[in-house]
Amino acid sequence: MIKKGLFIQNTWFSIFKIAVLINGAALAVIVFFILSRGWRAISWEFLTQAPRDSMTAGGILPCIVGTVYLCLVTILVALPIGVASAIYLNEYATQGKLVRVIRLGINNLAGVPSIVFGLFGLAFFCIVLKMGVSVAAGGLTLGIMTLPVIIGASEEALKSVPNTYREASLAMGATKWQTIRKVVLPVAFPGIITGSILGISRAAGETAPIMYTGAVFFTPDLPTSIMDEVMALPYHIYVLATAGTNIEATRHLQYGTALVLIVLVLGMNLAAIILRSKMRKKLRI
Amino acid sequence: MIALFSITALSLIMIFLFIEGISIFDHVSIKEFIFGKYWYPTDDPADFGILALILGSFCVTFLSGIMAIPLGIMTAIYLAEIAPPKVAEIVKPIVELMASMPSVVIGFFGMVVVAPFIQKLFNIPVGLNIFNASLMLAFMSVPTICSISEDAIFSVPTALKEASFALGATHFETIVKIIIPASLSGICTAVILGLSRAVGETMVVLMAAGGAAMIPGSIFDPVRPLPASIAAEMAEAPFRSEHYHALFAIGIVLFLFTLIFNLIADFLSHKFRQVGEASL
Amino acid sequence: MNKRKNIFIAIIFLLTISSTVFSGELVIKGSTTVLPIVQKAAEAYMAENPDVKISLSGGGSGNGIKAIIDGTADIGNASRFIKQKEVNLAGTKNVYPVPFRIALDAIVPVVNGKNSVNNLTIAQLKDIYLGKIKDWKQIGGTPGKIVVISRDSSSGTFGVWKELVMKDERVIPSALTVPSNGGIVQAVTTTPGAIGYVGLGYLTGGIKAVKVDGVEGSEQNTLNGSFPISRGLFMFTKGWPQGETMAFISFILSRKGQDLVKEVGSIPLF
Repeated sequence: MIKKGLFIQNTWFSIFKIAVLINGAALAVIVFFILSRGWRAISWEFLTQAPRDSMTAGGILPCIVGTVYLCLVTILVALPIGVASAIYLNEYATQGKLVRVIRLGINNLAGVPSIVFGLFGLAFFCIVLKMGVSVAAGGLTLGIMTLPVIIGASEEALKSVPNTYREASLAMGATKWQTIRKVVLPVAFPGIITGSILGISRAAGETAPIMYTGAVFFTPDLPTSIMDEVMALPYHIYVLATAGTNIEATRHLQYGTALVLIVLVLGMNLAAIILRSKMRKKLRI
Repeated sequence: MIALFSITALSLIMIFLFIEGISIFDHVSIKEFIFGKYWYPTDDPADFGILALILGSFCVTFLSGIMAIPLGIMTAIYLAEIAPPKVAEIVKPIVELMASMPSVVIGFFGMVVVAPFIQKLFNIPVGLNIFNASLMLAFMSVPTICSISEDAIFSVPTALKEASFALGATHFETIVKIIIPASLSGICTAVILGLSRAVGETMVVLMAAGGAAMIPGSIFDPVRPLPASIAAEMAEAPFRSEHYHALFAIGIVLFLFTLIFNLIADFLSHKFRQVGEASL
Repeated sequence: MNKRKNIFIAIIFLLTISSTVFSGELVIKGSTTVLPIVQKAAEAYMAENPDVKISLSGGGSGNGIKAIIDGTADIGNASRFIKQKEVNLAGTKNVYPVPFRIALDAIVPVVNGKNSVNNLTIAQLKDIYLGKIKDWKQIGGTPGKIVVISRDSSSGTFGVWKELVMKDERVIPSALTVPSNGGIVQAVTTTPGAIGYVGLGYLTGGIKAVKVDGVEGSEQNTLNGSFPISRGLFMFTKGWPQGETMAFISFILSRKGQDLVKEVGSIPLF
């Protein structure tokens, strides 16, 4: 009996292992294809020049700059409001019905499909608020989309601050705000930053919300104000692959752009993951 | 009070969606809208039936679920129960990196690499179809399903496990009979959130599903899921025209889908918190 | 906290201070058929006038005209004329769209390079897009399912196709829709059983142009009117254009601009 049990166990455990391997393999295949076909497109010119000849030659500098600008606006919108919301929810609010409703609302905000944010952004920011297609409108749309991620991460970070810290500070005569600012926030800071990086990296890779709110097909000059429209990496991949004037001839540019985007997004994630594991180690000691 | 901004933002989006979407029902009834078979929004007279789009969304989500749920849960069990800590330390970041892969890159991959491949492999006329989109969506929902189930499995009290071992059960028996039942509601939450991500995903279905607004007959038929319709058409719909309102109404449908998914997930995870040693 | 605030302010400051005033900024949207012409022209125009900033997006003719009506673009490109419905909508918003014809174009049915079919009648094309003809053997090709590829409804090419080939009947729902001419080229190239339609400028290797009623889609046959599916390409502006908008349209209508039209494969006006 035991032998048979062990046999079943081993078989199943191998199946589990295979499942893991399938995941790993899928990721490896995608990364491999993009890497092996994209790296040839990457050169100094590719990273530092504007597209030329109907976007069949030249580089992607305006897209990189555009994505960075969009991310900056996203941070400006989402970080202060997100952290403030988290502080309110975790430090000030009495845990009642209202907070439950707010939490549920935030969770739902996190689940809303990105295209719905895009729809809302186009109609509300671009048309009703008359921002037009611009970095501001795109960044605001991405900001609202990133908000729940940042609130979630910040709350988690705030919760991990031991209550004894707060009590000690309050006992020494500090006000609640002083305690939060001088004691709680510094301790929670790395956690908040990690969560924010994860949120921003998601925003950087999103296409649907910026398709019609911030990004355009072709604008070779770098943006000069937040009311300008920009090119963005994810949207550039989409238009080159589906709406370019010569899709086959620009294949290497598409792979190259995809590679740059992946490096950017996965780089940010890796940074966050490393930061977090360092933090965890620190906490354990 | 600034903290209330997020809830304000959500209500703003909701109110805006509903105000802009509801006016389409001046032109068609809700029944015609949801069960109408034909989506010809720019014809004169136009047809606004989204049944084909809903079925398209349903098919890709369902099929991706069939692929992603077992993979995600098995990976989670492996990570939480079986993997040596060193292996887990490598696998976990891999799963997280999968989660952070930009959707446009996955859509691009589906369109450029997977489509010609499955076209040859299955000898079918088009590579952009339900199967392709589901495969890509599965890739996106596995990490969600995996990481949330793993948390659930991880939080099963060790005492339960030890008791099972003490009764002579093998590790596998313990997993099947004790750990999975104990973390079932957490796993369900994970599955629902994973599927909700698949329903709302836009770029993948826009690029890899083929975009035909038809009621599919096989998994190799092209479809036009709800998010793809919004993304493909929202640029052309003139502000406050019928088409524009119809797209917002699709937005409402999509929003309601994810809202329902989230409410179920929230309900399950609250129930799940009460499951402890005492209640088993 | 103060420090962080300062950093935020600094970033906003940097974002805005760098907005050196440009002498002109042009936003152009619309048809993907017109896009290659405008892109070429924009590159040439910006090389001549470095202080002008032009931004381009596609999205189809419907999008271009809509952008003019909504005031979100200076020029809206369209590969068809404005529809009555759109004129009415513009009227309600007190917008008077002004059309400029900038080039001519033919819409050519295309099939995969390996397909043996060379000629189709308008009636056959219509039946294919209605879903009545389902297999290539019905029209003299090698047996195999016909994969119908069409364009999103915002496309002007689709609009003209619908009018001239479909006689305003509906394309079957099972037709694949792609967002651009380039997308059709891409899909037809990789799909052996596919049929699609593109502007003259998009005829490249891998796809094969099909004669319509025995007439080859070419510049000559379009100009002499024998090719049945042809149309003008337009730029629309909100009211009579001024300043930089006018200058850019004049540039496209100049000899130099028309040469660029020819270069991308469309048909120049003169």
